[in-house]
Amino acid sequence: MNLALRDIRHNIGRFLLTCVGLSLLLTIVLSMLGIYRGLIAESLTMARAPGVDLWIVETNTRGPFAEASRLPGDTREAVARVAGVTEAGSLTFQSVETETAAGKLRLYVVGSEPGRPGGPTRLVDGRPISQSRYEVVVDRSTGLGVGDRLRLGRREFQVVGVTAGQVSSGGDPVVFITLRDSQKLQFDLAPPAARRELARGGGEATSDIVNAIVARVNRDVPVAGVADGVRRWKHLAVLTQEEQETVLSRSVIERARRQIGLFTTLLLIVSTVIIALIIYTLTIDKTKEIATLKLIGAPDRTIVGLIMQQALAMGAIGFTFGVAFILAMKDGFPRRVVVEAPDVAALGAVVVVVCLVASTLGVRLALKVDPATALAG
Amino acid sequence: MTDTTAPLISFSDVKKHYGEGSARVDALRGVSFDVTAGEVVGLRGPSGSGKTTVLNIVGCILAPSQGELRLAGEPVFAGGRWLRDDLRRLRLEAIGFIFQFHNLLPFLTSTDNVALVLQLAGQSRGAARRRAQELLDYLDVGHRRDAFPSQLSGGEAQRVAIARALANRPRIILADEPTAALDSQRAQVVMDLLRRVAIDQHAAIVVVTHDDKIADRFDRVLELRDGLLV
Repeated sequence: MNLALRDIRHNIGRFLLTCVGLSLLLTIVLSMLGIYRGLIAESLTMARAPGVDLWIVETNTRGPFAEASRLPGDTREAVARVAGVTEAGSLTFQSVETETAAGKLRLYVVGSEPGRPGGPTRLVDGRPISQSRYEVVVDRSTGLGVGDRLRLGRREFQVVGVTAGQVSSGGDPVVFITLRDSQKLQFDLAPPAARRELARGGGEATSDIVNAIVARVNRDVPVAGVADGVRRWKHLAVLTQEEQETVLSRSVIERARRQIGLFTTLLLIVSTVIIALIIYTLTIDKTKEIATLKLIGAPDRTIVGLIMQQALAMGAIGFTFGVAFILAMKDGFPRRVVVEAPDVAALGAVVVVVCLVASTLGVRLALKVDPATALAG
Repeated sequence: MTDTTAPLISFSDVKKHYGEGSARVDALRGVSFDVTAGEVVGLRGPSGSGKTTVLNIVGCILAPSQGELRLAGEPVFAGGRWLRDDLRRLRLEAIGFIFQFHNLLPFLTSTDNVALVLQLAGQSRGAARRRAQELLDYLDVGHRRDAFPSQLSGGEAQRVAIARALANRPRIILADEPTAALDSQRAQVVMDLLRRVAIDQHAAIVVVTHDDKIADRFDRVLELRDGLLV
């Protein structure tokens, strides 16, 4: 006879309510894990979208995402001619805040050359940029659609295409414009400043600057060999795609990762304490029944089983509800929440351990219950 | 259980004290009595006289400080120590307990409360449930077999508790104020039942009570005062 199950069935309302409370706690733990995975996914989106093998940036930097990097615009031609490189494209990156009908909007603006690596991929609506000026492809999370207009700097841009899931490591939606537009946006002086420079006798500064060159390498050629070739130019630094992803996932979001990791650990400790208190309280409620069981000759394993099975059932049901809640809610978060099966499985294992650890408090109490208590009236 | 002719409960010069030195309290100061098969013995006395201590010692949940306890002829406590390792098993198979407030497990039905002790003793689920239903019928609560304790009247709950105490056919039954929570009529019914059990099962029954309603329902009454039989 399974006493734990009978007790649960008899007090199903209270038990389920407790499980729901626990599940909300586990939902928060899962959401923290999901936010962490989302941070990584979002930060890698930008690096993975172009589908390139090499990132060429300014020497002694790990740009363009981890540090500022500035390269002469003609670097692309030099890189494109390196043996083994099949395609190369220039890119610029900058954060912009603009105003739309819906209010202020922070954007991550990528300047790329149409037809070369680094531009928007996987459009969900509209078409790629086809004109050299004032066209923009936006991410769906901007709320803009094809035909809308977007002000960037002093210019109005026409939305011609829409992508999905393209955000920066900071969570800002990505918009793509032509390299020329982005260089104007990033490096051109405002008219008063330009007039002042002319009055001082200074020439117009060049805006043919890019933040990074991306390159694809022939499949038959070792990427490391091509990277070594480019590194011989002292003014350039090279990161392979793998190195770029490591920089993003381990360096750029390292503090956020540690912060979330610590918070998740604290939540698990809080969960353990709460489960322990729940089990302890449930055990106190059953002191008389436990004393009676002991008096009529029930072995300790029956009593330990009653407590531990309830703790595990509570953990299992709370965990199941928690997973269901996070799967239902994750798309409502302002930033991406990625719920991965290994994380869910790992948390499930942790919950089992937590329940077993937490129930030891109740088990200790139960084993100390004096059977004579049952006769105490 | 070795000697079938011996008293089922033999309590010989049992002493029990709590604490030491100036904090020492003598709960029992040399109590001796026997209870034979078929006897229903009352144990009376004012609060603090040692009734519960006697019950706890006979129930093997409290060790005496001195003296000897034999159950069904077998020495269980002597020389300052328990002579059996498996007191839990002894309680399960040889002793039935009846409580003042029935102490049924609230999450089990009447049948399951009775079947539980049978299953703990190793019976299969089916056999345990059949025996439980026989007992409930024997005690006239068969019609309440699927009710939870909270759905039973005081008298019904106490009869289910008696069925549980009888489940493993124990020869010794210890009852702690079994009628205290019942009205006069139900108290008489419970005493009738205990008398029937003592005769049918050749059991020795010790009933701790303050209840004057049932004072004349015992074969003998042991009166305890300040840890001594008077």
